[in-house]
Amino acid sequence: MTERYELNKNLAQMLKGGVIMDVVNAREAEIAQKAGAVAVMALERVPSDIRKMGGVARMSDPKMIKEIQGAVSIPVMAKVRIGHFAEAQVLEALNIDYIDESEVLTPADEEFHIEKHSFKVPFVCGAKNLGEALRRIGEGASMIRTKGEAGTGNVVEAVRHMRTVTADIRKVQSASRQELMTIAKEYGAPYDLISYVHENGKLPVINFAAGGIATPADAALMMQLGCDGVFVGSGIFKSSDPAKRAQAIVKATAYFNDPLIVAEVSEELGTAMDSLDVRELSGNSLLASRGW
Amino acid sequence: MKKIGVLSLQGAVSEHIDKLGNFEGIQPCAVKYKHEIEAVDALIIPGGESTAIGKLLSDFDLSGIIKSRILAGMPVWGTCAGMVILAKKIRNDERRHLEVMDIEVMRNGYGRQIDSFSTSVRLTEISQGEIPLVFIRAPYVVGADSKVKVLLRINENIVACRQDNMLATSFHPELTEDLSFHRYFAGMCG
Repeated sequence: MTERYELNKNLAQMLKGGVIMDVVNAREAEIAQKAGAVAVMALERVPSDIRKMGGVARMSDPKMIKEIQGAVSIPVMAKVRIGHFAEAQVLEALNIDYIDESEVLTPADEEFHIEKHSFKVPFVCGAKNLGEALRRIGEGASMIRTKGEAGTGNVVEAVRHMRTVTADIRKVQSASRQELMTIAKEYGAPYDLISYVHENGKLPVINFAAGGIATPADAALMMQLGCDGVFVGSGIFKSSDPAKRAQAIVKATAYFNDPLIVAEVSEELGTAMDSLDVRELSGNSLLASRGW
Repeated sequence: MKKIGVLSLQGAVSEHIDKLGNFEGIQPCAVKYKHEIEAVDALIIPGGESTAIGKLLSDFDLSGIIKSRILAGMPVWGTCAGMVILAKKIRNDERRHLEVMDIEVMRNGYGRQIDSFSTSVRLTEISQGEIPLVFIRAPYVVGADSKVKVLLRINENIVACRQDNMLATSFHPELTEDLSFHRYFAGMCG
């Protein structure tokens, strides 16, 4: 465990209980910071637009990332395509605070994810289950998020992924030591990380919810399911009143176990983003199936 | 039994609670309501994002009660973002939060995450042993009133200081195995 990796895990700890918001320009970044976001994710198109417009979705224009870095004091994150280590090198050169190796962008490598230990800047990666989370951590991710199904405004997949990770952790924790290598083989996860989960009953890094969170109650739901914080992508700036919704989601995340506060902040938010029923999406439009 | 609250709006709350759990006679708890803040003997404002914590403090109308309790002598310790929350002046931000401590801080003084670092020092006032220090996008103090006692400087910058019942550190003792700063703060709580 290098010192740099520890510092990167530590930054994720500082984001706990907070909301990370997708933004496409400096103006949105300022709105997000003012609303109480703990970080912003800089990208050219939010996931719902990536779905609509199609084509190859890539890392953002470095100029736009620099403008956002200049506009806010909170950490600035940005996405790279799965396996695209050259895009990650570019973001590292820009001193980005966190890289999201993300299934929301079009994968650049269908076999290999980025070897993340060779970077100084931290990485967050998506996962649908414990094995996938531990593979990414094995490659050097210092933070995990559920994949959910980005750009749908439908929280069902994020719930499924969080519940799956929790159930997998419970299984590993209650297994006997003799079973751990077989579990590591079944899950396709590094043995030492399975062993860590067995002893500690949790992931070795912070785990956020992402992919489909659109309302304050969605955020409260994911926090009560045990997430450490939430990412909101299209949910804020594709709604009718972004500033108000952003503040409401921040408050609901902080007071996730207080239904009276969640009720109060949910009043008169205007319309949520246009949403999609995940069951109606065909196989290749499911973003969560990208990466392994 | 002394009750030490950790302000639980956003940030590294459980880490402080775990550390405080090591001391006899200390009952740690997470606090985010007025009645909870009224019931504690001391308060820790943890690391996180000062803009987010500050916004929630004002939205939920908690600044007044915390400020009046601090001014009445309640021991308080701000780590990293907590230092920014306590400061009267912030050099590179127009926001102000509790404005109780006579220090001027520089937010993200060391730069971005790539500039985060760890080191260790000897500081006999706090502990006999070597103390590990972790700085995550940390602030530091650029100016302090004579009422403020400087506990530690790294290069030119003040990274730990105390003014009567108020303690501020740029770094995060809750992220290390070392208990000396938590022991020091428990001592401030009598």
